[in-house]
Amino acid sequence: MSEHADKSGISQAFRWFDPRGRDVGTIAFILNRITALGLTFYLFLHLIVLGQLAKGAEAYDGFLATIRSPIFVFGELLVVAAGLYHGLNGIRVGLTSFGIAVPQQKKLFYWLLAIAVLGSLIFGIRMFTA
Amino acid sequence: MSTTKTKWTVNLKVYRKKGQKAPYYDQFTMEVDPDEYVLDAIERIWAFHDRSLTFRHACHHSTCGACGMLVNGVEKLTCITYIRDVVEDGGTIVIDPLRNFPIISDLVVDMSLFFDRMEMVGQRQVIPIAEEIVGSSQKAQSAGNGKEYLRLSDCIECGMCISACPIAATNPDYLGPAVLAGAQQSGLDKKPELLQIVDQENGLWRCHSAYECTAVCPSNVDPAWRIMDLRRQVTSQRFKRLFR
Repeated sequence: MSEHADKSGISQAFRWFDPRGRDVGTIAFILNRITALGLTFYLFLHLIVLGQLAKGAEAYDGFLATIRSPIFVFGELLVVAAGLYHGLNGIRVGLTSFGIAVPQQKKLFYWLLAIAVLGSLIFGIRMFTA
Repeated sequence: MSTTKTKWTVNLKVYRKKGQKAPYYDQFTMEVDPDEYVLDAIERIWAFHDRSLTFRHACHHSTCGACGMLVNGVEKLTCITYIRDVVEDGGTIVIDPLRNFPIISDLVVDMSLFFDRMEMVGQRQVIPIAEEIVGSSQKAQSAGNGKEYLRLSDCIECGMCISACPIAATNPDYLGPAVLAGAQQSGLDKKPELLQIVDQENGLWRCHSAYECTAVCPSNVDPAWRIMDLRRQVTSQRFKRLFR
């Protein structure tokens, strides 16, 4: 019995985001890339938001009222979570890149993930109860 | 762990590719002893089902590094991978060639560029006996200094670290974990010319710390640690140069 096997270039590129059969290091690597893409996207959004200032105070205030809705607050929470994870993983990668704590890189990942989740929870509670 | 049933029926879904034809999977259903190795089942396909199946194998005891393949999507030396560890009775084992290497035929990949790069960093494929005796004596002299002897010569050049590396997947110019580990093993202090090879865009700075190389290495070479150690050495050299 035979069936087609896909080995195209596109599937190779998607391997960066495919955690199947991979270890903790790849999970950290994938999350690092997703959060980097998310933060870059947010940077552009941020610039667009700031661009509202050029339309005058009233337009800006109106816009701010819109983005106080829960869905936008949740979006901001995602930015906080992404920033926390990306920053903390940056420290992990920086340390190991200088040969520090390389054998402990998995433990470092679990710790940074715990801190990022905890930090995001604290931010989330404050953001949704303020 | 012993199994109660001596024979299992398993499906082997094997990647096939010949020449310029489109790749496909062939499926073989066979009875196996779960305590056999995956390579035994592949050999049985060749012996009893399809003589056109090509795959690499030699030593059958994880020394030659020839039989590295993807078993259910994970890099494994098939000669030491028990069938019972990767499938259950009635299940399917998917066998693919290693990733990030050009495919020659079926499960055989072209590792010549990889071997060339290994030679480039001082890890030769064949070492004359006379030289190796001298090498052993030098190793013995440095045995007392601890870290230098950490699993020193265990790389079997199976290429599984290259296959697992996400960077090698998208950048064929990246030297790759085994080559950088080989450079670290050769030593920048003993071979200063290696600095130019590893301290470049597609050298040790291209690694993005996914640590998959170390996760799949069957010989505990720990290429990720070696790459990081090499970075530390290069950074230290650059730093010292600032104060000269």
